[in-house]
Amino acid sequence: MYDLIVILIPVFPLVGVLINGLNVMLGHRYSDEKAAWIGCGSVFLSACCAFWVLGETLDNPAPRTVVAYRWFFGGDLTVNLGFLIDPLTCVMLLVVTGVGFLIHVYSVGYMHGEEGFTRFFAYMNLFMVSMLLLVMGNNYAVLFIGWEGVGLCSYLLIGYYYDRVSAAKAATKAFVVNRIGDAGFLLAIFLIFATFGTLDYTEVFAKAGQLDPATATAIAVCLLIGAIGKSAQLPLYTWLPDAMEGPTPVSALIHAATMVTAGVYMVVRNHAIYNLTPDALMLVGVIGGVTALFAATIGLVQTDIKRVLAYSTVSQLGFMFLACGVGAYAAAIFHLVTHAFFKALLFLAAGSVIHALSGEQDIRRMGGLWNKIPVTHWVFLTGTAAIAGVPFLSGWWSKDEILGHAFTHGHYVLWTLGWAAALCTAFYMSRLLYVTFYGESRVDRKVTQHIHESPKIMLAPLVVLAFLSVIGGLIGVIPGGLENGWFHQFLAPVVATRAAAGVPEGGHLEPYLLMLWTTVIALAGWLTAHYFYMLKPDQPDLLMNKMKGVYTLLLNKYWVDEAYDMTVVEPGKAVGRALDRVDQAGVDRAVVAVERMTDLGAAGSTWFEKHVIYGSINVTGYANQLAARMLRRLQTGLVHHYAAILVAGLVVLVNLIVLFLWFGGAS
Amino acid sequence: MVPISAYVTVSAILFVTGLVGVLIRRNFIIVLMSVEIMLNAANINLVAFANHLDSLAGQVMALFVIAIAAGEAAVGLAIIIVVFRGKIATNVDQINLLKW
Repeated sequence: MYDLIVILIPVFPLVGVLINGLNVMLGHRYSDEKAAWIGCGSVFLSACCAFWVLGETLDNPAPRTVVAYRWFFGGDLTVNLGFLIDPLTCVMLLVVTGVGFLIHVYSVGYMHGEEGFTRFFAYMNLFMVSMLLLVMGNNYAVLFIGWEGVGLCSYLLIGYYYDRVSAAKAATKAFVVNRIGDAGFLLAIFLIFATFGTLDYTEVFAKAGQLDPATATAIAVCLLIGAIGKSAQLPLYTWLPDAMEGPTPVSALIHAATMVTAGVYMVVRNHAIYNLTPDALMLVGVIGGVTALFAATIGLVQTDIKRVLAYSTVSQLGFMFLACGVGAYAAAIFHLVTHAFFKALLFLAAGSVIHALSGEQDIRRMGGLWNKIPVTHWVFLTGTAAIAGVPFLSGWWSKDEILGHAFTHGHYVLWTLGWAAALCTAFYMSRLLYVTFYGESRVDRKVTQHIHESPKIMLAPLVVLAFLSVIGGLIGVIPGGLENGWFHQFLAPVVATRAAAGVPEGGHLEPYLLMLWTTVIALAGWLTAHYFYMLKPDQPDLLMNKMKGVYTLLLNKYWVDEAYDMTVVEPGKAVGRALDRVDQAGVDRAVVAVERMTDLGAAGSTWFEKHVIYGSINVTGYANQLAARMLRRLQTGLVHHYAAILVAGLVVLVNLIVLFLWFGGAS
Repeated sequence: MVPISAYVTVSAILFVTGLVGVLIRRNFIIVLMSVEIMLNAANINLVAFANHLDSLAGQVMALFVIAIAAGEAAVGLAIIIVVFRGKIATNVDQINLLKW
């Protein structure tokens, strides 16, 4: 029963993929509405199973392994398609299926009437399957399959509008950049197999203690390369902002709530290895901290509503890596969960805005929307408050926990990076809110006439997510207080922190001072935005002129894309073109020559076959026919003839025998 | 005492008679009777040599041949009746289904 339900979790979306995918291939036999039911229904059933599994895990938090079947084996290696169910998996399952289901429902409204509606749901379900394999797998092979699967779906969904050149390019970019990370991840898997001789988590982590530091660091760094590719950290983050070319629900599901957090999940899952190597752990923290601030500063000046959110996602993922780096694994997962709530909310709300404005994404052509699309405005406000760190909302709890942990464990530099990033976050998010919803309307007149609130099917998931964004943080503080909430107690068996033995006891006042500080930071960021965009709307332009250099730098995203183009992409393309010329001049001609020779040989063979082989076969046939024509005359059908032949034969035989005896007897 | 050559001569005459009968007569029943004559020619041979060599084996063999001849006659007659019913023919020449 338990095993069956666990296996069913990824099977439901898989069935959805098969049905909807088949429908696309067979040329749309049923309506979009049915496709939506299948797409959402499968995820809903999957979510129900996930909740049931959560209930079981609450009763018995010990890790349980469910093996679907033996996948492949050879030599010492046996790889099962197996699932590991422990509290960490449960949390991820709930986020993936829960938020995933809400976004599926939202998509029904958002994608309504789009060409390729069924294809969209087939891809989304395929993504769910891959993501579920990723978080549920009990060994690195299954993790890797899920890892590649979500990458594939990311590619397919970013390039959903495949007739748009920018979308196709963005999809390719995401795929290629991810491959760099995947190469590192694959190396890590090879290293793990070479070192431990197995790919099962439980066995690997059980033996991890005997690892020598150098190997541990190598494995950890290779895993980290995979994680920064998937989770869009420095220096491989550039694909995520471009990924906004995909439909907005895709951005919410894949590029905010679930897939990009896979890297964080992977680091937390492998914390047994990371705990062995302070160097790698420090690297995780530094990459996270720098990315958090770096992306946040870019977010300050972007003008595309989805791109601001994309940089914000990169920045928030940086926070999670920072948390991992300082050993606060539970806090990282906590932030992952709250981030899934509020960032999915923000993306979906942004989608609702874009929907209302007939596809407009530039915030310079928005403004004053708060009373035209009130529900969207309220949920967007909630999401902004949650991410900016307004007290008692979900983002405040989780972000504060990360920063507090960094400070109390003596990582002052990371802590500084963190709160600076939090300051920027509060500023750019409230800036986004103000520019989009308040002030004067800068919407095109044509568009203005069509502004409308989104349908209920889109608003309902938004309201649910807004609700979760408000109260979601409480799971981290109730009932045990800071860092000892239900969430942490639940995760405790999985993620024993590095310093579990001796948690440095700060003063009792310290956590509250830190909380106060983060609150001050958040409010400062918010109020600055309020000042600039509400009270003195002409100030931003003045400031822009005054700090032209910085502004241009940020607006152009530090020219990282251009630098990559110059150093990697263009040389790569040049090599490609050179190889192409070699290909055309040399290889193609050689291939053509070989082809000609083959043709010639074939012609010769044909001649030989026709004249020699057929000829000899025919000769055999003719000879047989001739012999038959002569011999069949013997078969007259008259018994007398047969009898006469018999007698003749007998006479001959008897004569022979007599002759033989005669001469034999004589000699 | 009759010499063995006399028996063999009688046997040979009988055998050739039977053989010629089989080869030249057209009537089924006559052909069958000719076959019986040939068998009995063989029997005379067997018995004569058994007596001559003072061994019982030949006589036993002759008994076997008689028994088998009876069986053969029964089967042969049965075939004749079937063919007669089917084709209304007692002539061997008319039975030529196996001709090419």
